[in-house]
Amino acid sequence: MKDEPVAKNLLTQMGSAFIRKEPFSLALIISPWNYPVNLTLVPLVGALAAGNCVVLKPSEISKSTEKVLAEVLPQYLDQSCFAVVLGGPQETGRLLEHKFDYIFFTGSPRVGRIVMSAAAKHLTPVTLELGGKNPCYVDDDCDPQTVANRLAWFRYFNTGQTCVAPDYILCSPATQERLLPALQSAITRFYGEDPRSSPNLGRIVSDKHFQRLRGLLGCGRVAIGGQSDESERYIAPTVLVDVEETEPVMQEEIFGPILPIVNVRSLDEAIDFINRREKPLALYAFSNNKQVVNQILDRTSSGSFGGNEGFTYLTLTSLPLGGVGNSGMGRYHGKFSFDTFSHHRACLLSHPGLEKLNEIRYPPYTNSKEQLVSWALGSQSCTLL
Amino acid sequence: MDPFADTLRRLREAFSAGRTRPAEFRAAQLRGLGRFLQEHKQLLQEALAQDLHKSAFESEVSEISITQSEINLALRNLRAWMKDEKVPKNLATQLDSAFIRKEPFGLVLVIAPWNYPVNLTLVPLVGALAAGNCVVLKPSEFSRSTEKVLAEVLPRYLDQSCFAVVLGGPQEMGQLLEHKFDYIFFTGSPRVGRIVMSAAAKHLTPVTLELGGKNPCYVDDDCDPQTVANRLAWFRYFNTGQTCVAPDYVLCSPATQERLLPALQSAITRFYGEDPRSSPNLGRIVSDKHFQRLRGLLGCGRVAIGGQSDESERYIAPTVLVDVEETEPVMQEEIFGPILPIVNVRSLDEAIDFINRREKPLALYAFSNSKQVVKRVLAQTSSGSFCGNDGFMHLTLASLPFGGVGASGMGSYHGKFSFDTFSHHRACLLRCPGMEKIYSIRYPPYSPRKLRVLLMAMEARGCSCTLL
Repeated sequence: MKDEPVAKNLLTQMGSAFIRKEPFSLALIISPWNYPVNLTLVPLVGALAAGNCVVLKPSEISKSTEKVLAEVLPQYLDQSCFAVVLGGPQETGRLLEHKFDYIFFTGSPRVGRIVMSAAAKHLTPVTLELGGKNPCYVDDDCDPQTVANRLAWFRYFNTGQTCVAPDYILCSPATQERLLPALQSAITRFYGEDPRSSPNLGRIVSDKHFQRLRGLLGCGRVAIGGQSDESERYIAPTVLVDVEETEPVMQEEIFGPILPIVNVRSLDEAIDFINRREKPLALYAFSNNKQVVNQILDRTSSGSFGGNEGFTYLTLTSLPLGGVGNSGMGRYHGKFSFDTFSHHRACLLSHPGLEKLNEIRYPPYTNSKEQLVSWALGSQSCTLL
Repeated sequence: MDPFADTLRRLREAFSAGRTRPAEFRAAQLRGLGRFLQEHKQLLQEALAQDLHKSAFESEVSEISITQSEINLALRNLRAWMKDEKVPKNLATQLDSAFIRKEPFGLVLVIAPWNYPVNLTLVPLVGALAAGNCVVLKPSEFSRSTEKVLAEVLPRYLDQSCFAVVLGGPQEMGQLLEHKFDYIFFTGSPRVGRIVMSAAAKHLTPVTLELGGKNPCYVDDDCDPQTVANRLAWFRYFNTGQTCVAPDYVLCSPATQERLLPALQSAITRFYGEDPRSSPNLGRIVSDKHFQRLRGLLGCGRVAIGGQSDESERYIAPTVLVDVEETEPVMQEEIFGPILPIVNVRSLDEAIDFINRREKPLALYAFSNSKQVVKRVLAQTSSGSFCGNDGFMHLTLASLPFGGVGASGMGSYHGKFSFDTFSHHRACLLRCPGMEKIYSIRYPPYSPRKLRVLLMAMEARGCSCTLL
């Protein structure tokens, strides 16, 4: 919250220059169903810390969590400065007609556009945490079991319903052959012979998403898993191979426990494949060779990047979490949250006297005044911020 | 017929090919921009004189020098700004490399206004180039002479595979905005700001909007009227009042108004002479449309100082209006001219209420010998920026972020803020491919013991510092 003093030039030397952090005022947080506690409350932390009043709109799809947030949470906060509002797309639409001073939205790119358009009418700044298909390049030079462990955990965590989960793999046919048994091994170790009976595997949030995912099981060829059970909204940890770029599983963000493998013949082809598509929220590269990892990092763009690892970076509040391009704008976590929900006001407090010093800048203008003023303007003490 | 498709495609191809990534390339562009300013300083001054009757002093100080400073700052700091920023880690990531990588967005559109057509076009350009983007510049068609120099001369100093100037009016702008950009930087009115943001929303393009508003200026009873009048007058009539951060109106008590008026007259006479129209240091209104608009405002309240105008020159005298009602046009729109209305308030509280009833302005000013008063105005209001006991000097500090809030805009720039505005900050974590035994603790089947260990590892920071 503290005022941040900044470097001055000669003309402002007698004053005090600093950045004052101010709340925007009324912040709206719209959160999704997949991590309904985290993705509702972590933004709330930032908004509260920055001094805003907050309206929370949790997802109606994660119904039980919505109930707890609506009924219990307000008891712990000052309700003159905080409110939970409920409803579906229609209510959200009505809510968005109102003017807010900041809108923080986590959800799909499609709805992100709607939110930003609504915000534009009121010139409301936004942070949009969206999604995409997060590519995962697996190099020939790797230990397949290590890679498979890491891939499997991050893919099937929360039943794949994670915006930063690896969405699809890019690798050579040879590496695919090594990966498949390793993936099967990892899945069996993690979830047992019958993943459906494992307490450690989740379920799909809704019938609509279940149907959508079951449809994707028909793409390519099922190499591992593929089972599903409508009564439980259960989908087995699945790996698909022989997948074409044009098939549905490669067209939309999967958001489920299905991992398609797309073959490429080289690193260059993988990078081209990635760069032909929208910038994703996350991007992963697995290789024993540092050069390969760095090449992918250097030649692509994404919200965030993991080398030889999945979304562990999320646990570092010193890293900004956010998207780029179609995967979003703005970022948060840690101090980034506080800064996101604050207006950084430039302040200069000058001396009310010492007017003689200022006469150099007033008309009638002369060449010598001009030179002096130009020089004094350029003279900043410390240049590195 | 899409006049822009080819240009945009060319720039995107250059970006995809990686032309703008190396520091050497960016530095070369910045140096090119610097040479353009130096070699054509006179040409630019003449253009500014034609467009706005801007004096050489004002051109130098508020357009050319400021731009040159930004270029120099960017050149000095480019590599430091571009560098991966290492960040503190927790136990779980102790063996990893964690850092923030700065990346260009890609294709950036900079839309600039007519009032400081060199500064407000080129300073954003500095940031966009330093950050490694390809840039499309859309200068204002109202500052015609400057537009011509920017369109015809500037491109020769930059790599034209990565840079283009596009021209046109509202219709062309609309067409341009249908295309997808990776960043849009707009300086102009709130009304057009909404249009730009709506267009950007269709492509999920992030934006910085430097807009405007009515910048209040509270003058306390406890002040030296001549000092205040000097400062007020200079910042109000600089560039003939056509400044987004100029004090727009004064709030003070009737008593203070009585002391201010003769002081303002004295300042105006000292600055511009007995006949301001013949002063080389006073500019002109940019267009007939704005001249007519401003001449209309002269009918509000009562003219206490100035009030003369001449259509043939688009001249409006440095003017002060009193007895102004809140409902009159001069208090309804951003003035953007050499007219300073004074509105009376009976107390500091009333002034603060008045300010807070209205849209958040781009700038806010408070003049008082009392530090407490200045601090109260600062603490009880919000605005893009704030200056106590002076006008927009804060603009000259590249260490301060320049931007609006609420209806006056979003985002900020100048100095490193420009570089950061035009960069995507990509969170990166690089782990070594081995040591799998250590990391296996997180895998299912889950157990309470595993959970405890993991939570501890995520929480604990090594020996690093928690303050960022």
